[in-house]
Amino acid sequence: MALDNQKNREFKIVGTRPDRPDGLDKVTGRAKFGADAYATGMLHAAILRSPHAHAKIIRISTEKAEKLPGVKAIVTREDFSKKVTGENWNVLENVMAGDTALYDGHAIAAVAATSSLIARDALKLMEVEYEILPHVTDVDKAMGKSAPVIRAGASDKSVPEGLHPNVVRYHESGHGDLSAGFEAADLVIEDTFKTEATHQGYIEPHACLAQLGGDGKGELWCCTQGHFHVQKTCAALLDIETSALRVTASEIGGGFGGKTAIFIEPVALALSRKTNRPVKLVMNRSEVFRATGPTSSTSMDIKIGMKKDGTITAGSGVFRLQGGAFPGAPMEFTAMCAFAPYNLENVKQIGYDVLSNRPKQAAYRAPGSPMAAFAVESIIDELCNRLELDPIEVRLKNASREGTKASFGPKWDRIGLVECLEAAKQHPHYSAPLKKGQGRGVSSGFWFNHGGETAVTLALSEDGTAALSVGTPDIGGSRASMCQMAAEELGISYDKVRTTIADTATLGYNEVSHGSRVTYASGLATIKAARDAVKKLCARAAKKWNIDEEAVIWEDGFAKPSGPNAGDFEPIPLAKLTKSMGRTGGPIVGHFEATPEGAGVSFATHIVDAEVDQETGRAHVVRYTVVQDAGKAIHPSYVEGQYQGGAAQGIGWALNEEYIYGEDGRLQNTGFLDYRIPVASDLPMIDTVIIEVANPGHPYGVRGVGETSICPPLAAIANAVSNAAGVRLKELPMSPVRILEAIKNKT
Amino acid sequence: MEYHKPGSFEEATELANKNAGIIRFLAGGTDVLVQLRSDIITPDVLIDMKYINGVKDIIENDDEWQIGVAVSGAEMSEHEKLAQEWPGIIEAMDLIGSTQVQGRATLAGNLCNGSPAADSVPSLIAAAAQVSITGPKGVRKINVEDVPIGPGKTSLKKGEVLSAIHLPKRTNNQGDAYLRFIPRTEMDIAVVGCAVSLEIKNEIIIKARVSLGAVAPTALLLENAAEKIIGSKLENKALEHLAEEASKACNPINDKRGTIEFRTHVAGVLAKRTAKIAYDRARENK
Amino acid sequence: MNKIHVNTSVNGDNLEFLCDPRETLLDALRDRLNLTGAKEGCGTGDCGACSVTLDDRLVCSCLVLGVEAEGKSIGTVEGIAEGENLHPLQQKFIEHAALQCGICTPGILVATKALLEKNPDPTETEVRYWLAGNLCRCTGYDKIIKAVMDTARDLREAS
Repeated sequence: MALDNQKNREFKIVGTRPDRPDGLDKVTGRAKFGADAYATGMLHAAILRSPHAHAKIIRISTEKAEKLPGVKAIVTREDFSKKVTGENWNVLENVMAGDTALYDGHAIAAVAATSSLIARDALKLMEVEYEILPHVTDVDKAMGKSAPVIRAGASDKSVPEGLHPNVVRYHESGHGDLSAGFEAADLVIEDTFKTEATHQGYIEPHACLAQLGGDGKGELWCCTQGHFHVQKTCAALLDIETSALRVTASEIGGGFGGKTAIFIEPVALALSRKTNRPVKLVMNRSEVFRATGPTSSTSMDIKIGMKKDGTITAGSGVFRLQGGAFPGAPMEFTAMCAFAPYNLENVKQIGYDVLSNRPKQAAYRAPGSPMAAFAVESIIDELCNRLELDPIEVRLKNASREGTKASFGPKWDRIGLVECLEAAKQHPHYSAPLKKGQGRGVSSGFWFNHGGETAVTLALSEDGTAALSVGTPDIGGSRASMCQMAAEELGISYDKVRTTIADTATLGYNEVSHGSRVTYASGLATIKAARDAVKKLCARAAKKWNIDEEAVIWEDGFAKPSGPNAGDFEPIPLAKLTKSMGRTGGPIVGHFEATPEGAGVSFATHIVDAEVDQETGRAHVVRYTVVQDAGKAIHPSYVEGQYQGGAAQGIGWALNEEYIYGEDGRLQNTGFLDYRIPVASDLPMIDTVIIEVANPGHPYGVRGVGETSICPPLAAIANAVSNAAGVRLKELPMSPVRILEAIKNKT
Repeated sequence: MEYHKPGSFEEATELANKNAGIIRFLAGGTDVLVQLRSDIITPDVLIDMKYINGVKDIIENDDEWQIGVAVSGAEMSEHEKLAQEWPGIIEAMDLIGSTQVQGRATLAGNLCNGSPAADSVPSLIAAAAQVSITGPKGVRKINVEDVPIGPGKTSLKKGEVLSAIHLPKRTNNQGDAYLRFIPRTEMDIAVVGCAVSLEIKNEIIIKARVSLGAVAPTALLLENAAEKIIGSKLENKALEHLAEEASKACNPINDKRGTIEFRTHVAGVLAKRTAKIAYDRARENK
Repeated sequence: MNKIHVNTSVNGDNLEFLCDPRETLLDALRDRLNLTGAKEGCGTGDCGACSVTLDDRLVCSCLVLGVEAEGKSIGTVEGIAEGENLHPLQQKFIEHAALQCGICTPGILVATKALLEKNPDPTETEVRYWLAGNLCRCTGYDKIIKAVMDTARDLREAS
């Protein structure tokens, strides 16, 4: 599965910008998202949620609710499998509380009724008796001696002795001699940084339509980043067989990692099984904030030493992440990404996964990496400021390159960090003059990218068109790039390929659309499936010409004899071969199933100009440039879109977005009014530069692009704001309150 | 929930008076529907005011403007003469929510919702606006600052309903302005809001009203602060005194939108900035 | 629970439905009239995904009661194209890749169409402020703004 040795391949379709195949549906309102499905006889469900951050559930009384006309069924934890273990147990415990409510918003019970208004009324009639327990929502406090134990015995073997039981996992990595490294430095800076939890903020709340019979057979429609994962998990939670449940992925209204997790689907299925009717369950916005998966909040100690010439001599980081009341905060990713852009002889990183009374964290675009970059790149910026060094030159001087040892162990393959830094340095933005009150910041960022289990089928039709079935929900335009890659291989035009996100009954298992893996892994599988079909097409031509299959080649959509020795035959176009395929051996279908492991890592460098109102502490981003390595941009518009989207989300995270918990442990900002994602008037145009350093692990050189784009912004913006404010900001978000306080406390 | 469409204020009053339980009046609905959807308040009786004659009218009389209770923010912004006379009120109203919310939200609703952070309220107070209230005993007229009495609470009694908003007519040499502080550029609730309305003669301020929002349980009318700029040409010293008085008048809370310290400080900053705009407008308005 | 009978016009069609007074216009469009183009992103007027026009005025349909539609004329995303001919805005949104997931797109199209009818020559800043109530989480707004500006330019040149 290596990069094609057709080194100077000239692409005809890849790299162009055709209209997306789902465009018409999406501009006319015809596209069906999670909440857009209806079934005859359908019931509407609603979920009762804990108002307490931590409470023992003594008793749930449902009698009054059951008597309300229109109420058809109520489910509690009793209605789910008793047999689940491991991570599935965590998912079930999160989907429906057992004996304890672990966070504000934790599901306690659910009702199905003939209308959503009746379902909501029924919730008001349910009575739950709680015994309120002490709670903790802050990561540092959750590790402190006096913190309530959220779940005894949840720690795994990695955790050193003597830590609070809320520390459930521990990570350590690095190499070299830290003290010698710091000794060799001319300047060492050490500081603590904090970031608050943020939410993916997808505009479409979770929604599903479920049908499950007493025979254990079911159908599920839902908005998810991975319907095969939904199928497998729901089957376990409901104690049914995986293949008996067919899951169809709807159009998905944003995910960014947040729809890789499962929250409502098992509940809808349980209600459907109990009523033998289809059940629709749609979250409201407040439920999305309270009870889906935000990011971890973090607390980080960073120490970096630098010589006067800009050489980094050593770096260390301690990363404490709370991931809610369940293990899984991505602290090892935080630790591993922290120093990834730097070639360091002496480096060490430590991570703690800490429980708190918050919802179970979920992936959000490069989970764990943006926070690490914020802390590390802030100190690098401060070192550059104090040593009067150019921040890009310093990053170039210490940059990770092919063959250098990564901070977390392995040697780098071909990577594009230097190319990003060089392009950033050359970009007019970097040398443009700043206005009074403005500051400039730069930062690099890193993400691993991922391959994962993938299966693709490509069926040719008799008219010479192709039906491509992939199993990775299209979260940002991937059907367009799949069509491009299939058309490129088959040698037919873009609009002759239709890509469908197939349901779980149609394809082999596909891992969720995460890890920036879709264009890489489903793309690779599409290319391989197309080549499989091409091989079969060549065989049909060979049969026709009565020559060896090996003597037929495929070029620009035609089967041709491989050379003069193969014989002199008129090339046959694809459509002619498919027209006769029923008579020449039957349907022609290409397929590919594998777990590709060559997802090339990706680096980016961002440049930001910010303006700070010194009197009010309000910061505003005035110019933004993203430079990122895409390996090979299949559809450049959607690559740019990922860059711009990541930057915009980063601006929100850096300046205004945060989970605000009250003293009572309740989430205070459960809507878009006070969970402030950037609005159109908050942002400038976001300039993009696509760098293409081919990934050796993909036939065309593709690297995933979705996640890396959110790695540098927090740091780049923090550096710009700190330079504009004249004081280092160490806590996110950099809300006006925090900036004004920092300005006032400036020494 | 019962839904009614009275054809007159008298009928609305009667409905509100005779029914028990939670009664809400519906104008633009941008607060009522949010509370309904969030299961915060489900009224037993909802009285839609939009079928009453004249509620969508902006009327210019010799001595006053009369704004109907169902006039939306967008309709106010589009009224050129009103926007010219009261730019501060128009900009305050226009800051409430999105373009979509502007298509529905009303001055009357913003006032009756009783939020201490309501954007239009300081601007109305600075303008010395009054409201007509129709109740079982007839119509009474009170100052805007006497309507809100605490977060979510107004001085309106059972059966009473706001029936019109009255703004004085403007003469030359007058100007008003409203500024608010929010973390984003749009879509937020004011962390601090400040309105100033003033009149000048020979560049000297002869009359001024200053009002602050979101820094106390209700919007404040700051008479002391106004006095600091009356008699001045808004020199730096006057501005500093204005800021001091504005900050001094604050009695805010710590909440998810801001701290006591931040609000108190920013109130002073905004008072200066708002006064300057109002002053410039008065000078231009010859 | 007494439902109320409502007569209204949607995209030029005279329609009627029964609804509970607590139901929003958005609920009525989606659940009673099978028009699911308007989306519920928040239910509180903060995201704009449910944008429609009510007597030609841009509103959030989640902040309008179904019963308030009586006698009104409503415009939704389903009414923007004329038959198989897309509105220039729809065409430009596809061309400019101004959508990724597409959930905010119906609301943004309804909103921008209303903008261009009111102001055929908006500045970038005017477009951004007009759309401040239409949240998009995917695109960073860049390509949306470009698509709107480009459409406006084309429409001006064509008129």
